[in-house]
Amino acid sequence: MLSLSRIRAVFLKELVQMRRDRPTFAIMIMVPIMQLTLFGFAIDTDPRHLPTAVELRDDGPLTRSLLASMRQSDYFEIVAQVATDEEGEALLRSGEVSYLVVIPENFERDFVRGERPQILIAADATDPVAAAGPIAAANEIARRAFAPELDRLPARLRGGAAPIDVVIHRQYNPAGETSMNIVPGLLGIILTMTLIMITSIALTREVERGTIETLLSTPVRAGEIMIGKTTPYILVGVIQTLIVLLAARIVFHIPFIGDPAPFLLALLLFIFTNLMLGYLISTIARTQMQAMQMTFFIFLPSILLSGFMFPFAAMPVWAQAIGEALPITHFLRVVREVMLKGAGFAEIRNDIWPIALILTVLALAALARFRQTLD
Amino acid sequence: MKNGGVIDVKGLTKRFGAKTVVDHFDLAVPRGAIYGFLGPNGSGKTTTIRMVCGLLKPDEGAGQVLGFDVLKESASIKERVGYMTQRFSLYEDLSIRENLEFIARLYSLDHVRDRVDASLKSLGLADRAWQLAGTLSGGWKQRLALAACMIHGPELLLLDEPTAGVDPKARRDFWDAIRDYAAEGVTTLVSTHYMDEAVQCDRIAFIAFGKKLIDSKTADIPGAIGLSAWRIEADDLDQATKILKAAGGYDVLARFGAAIHLAGRDDNALAGAVRSIGGLAGLEAEPIEAGLEEAFIYLMAGAADNYANGIERRVG
Repeated sequence: MLSLSRIRAVFLKELVQMRRDRPTFAIMIMVPIMQLTLFGFAIDTDPRHLPTAVELRDDGPLTRSLLASMRQSDYFEIVAQVATDEEGEALLRSGEVSYLVVIPENFERDFVRGERPQILIAADATDPVAAAGPIAAANEIARRAFAPELDRLPARLRGGAAPIDVVIHRQYNPAGETSMNIVPGLLGIILTMTLIMITSIALTREVERGTIETLLSTPVRAGEIMIGKTTPYILVGVIQTLIVLLAARIVFHIPFIGDPAPFLLALLLFIFTNLMLGYLISTIARTQMQAMQMTFFIFLPSILLSGFMFPFAAMPVWAQAIGEALPITHFLRVVREVMLKGAGFAEIRNDIWPIALILTVLALAALARFRQTLD
Repeated sequence: MKNGGVIDVKGLTKRFGAKTVVDHFDLAVPRGAIYGFLGPNGSGKTTTIRMVCGLLKPDEGAGQVLGFDVLKESASIKERVGYMTQRFSLYEDLSIRENLEFIARLYSLDHVRDRVDASLKSLGLADRAWQLAGTLSGGWKQRLALAACMIHGPELLLLDEPTAGVDPKARRDFWDAIRDYAAEGVTTLVSTHYMDEAVQCDRIAFIAFGKKLIDSKTADIPGAIGLSAWRIEADDLDQATKILKAAGGYDVLARFGAAIHLAGRDDNALAGAVRSIGGLAGLEAEPIEAGLEEAFIYLMAGAADNYANGIERRVG
């Protein structure tokens, strides 16, 4: 039988220790702010006035209209006009321009004939996040530029497929998703990193300081220590979540479309699962150093295989299998579904039970690992 | 309470790897006694105490502590035992009051605040209640540790070298407290390697290499060893010491103020040693009854540091 009094004893003790360990507490609060700022810059450098070279192999009202439209969009700043492909490539390679726009020969004629001429945009996508915005905007820019011209075309050419074909060459663009994905994803990453770390030393610290001997000589049981040591940090997770959500709303203007209730359920489950994962580590690690290393061992796949950094569907099957076993994978889905798409309980059910299952397995493993004696 | 004895265990054995740290240890402690464990470092005192309070599982042996099975009923034993660890193992980042409240809650006590107040008062800690335990001196830490292991009113106190590194005044106060508890019927098992602590005990077990070599009333220990002794005075005691050391034939040579106490288990050899300083100026030599001091020096000198033969597992 678990005793509420003893759980409360451990809970209150942890709370006092957490309060007294100011640097750690400060870090827990600073991490979300720091991460948001760092990642936020990448997101918020919704890049403007990117140097662009144009290679005009044709000239006419359509071309001029396109160039004007590009300037208007603020994304592209035309800094050079080149005569040959080689010249354009050189500028792109040297980084003097980020984009090279090529208007092909007979562009005007083909357009009027309705042959959907191509416009080539070569992008320096070494910074994929920064490149994503302008690339996404390119099609729209072209459509607007040609809209007035389109009106003058014979009716048979309107309405069907786009009048031109914008071909985008980019060397690297892994996610191909909008920046809105990143801040909600960041919530999962922040919770994973800090919460696992904080409980990964829960028992290790007691062992290193020798206080485990006093603890074990009292009637307190494994389950009571486990619950008492993990639950205070739920509060920390909730505070971090509030910081991220507020920043998402105020700084990054990301909407929260869905119902808070399913989000809250997933959030609490996810926070508790991370705390339990850390606690399991603390039953295994013998030193705080080992605990930190194990935390990072978990942290790496959480970033790479959860769908935070790379699209989940594009990963090989074995990587997806690992990803499915990580609580963050399911949490990220829930957050994106609820926050951005307005999903309710029914839609996220398939990601709630895996988190609950992982939590149960972790708790049982931690109880099995816990030694009630000093043996 | 069954069978009277507070601790009644037989054949307690603990091995760490290949090393047997405690070897078939029998222990019977009557209610209200102050029972001392005397022995060199690494002799198995700590391990024995930890087995008694359920912190270590014995590999062999059986018995009862406070009427509960030492192997199967650790939980019940823990509720009734106060264990003071050798190394300070309360929370240094908690205040004195917070530490005591934490422990009191772990024992599911009611009126935690009142109990802690009373405990702080009786141990003279009230003024320092909000001081962090980590900032306390050795003597105060030890007082706090004692307060913590007494907070739930245990029937049995297990003290593992409680006054190591504590000044003599604090040590005396500490023992006064233990005597008071004993008078109230609390049984105490205490390990030590200080002679002045050992003489406080009603009964003493001498342990070396995990085995109990002697177990008797404190006053009977010299007789149990079979020690004879001489008291020697001379004008130049340093010279006498030098000659005696060269001659040998004794087990204990100790200076007590202006005299040398020479003790040994072999009467004839001892007499021979005394004869070797026959010609010294101002010599006065007389046989005396061997006291506890000689007995403890004999015991501690005879069993060298037991760590030398292997490494006792350290925890925490």
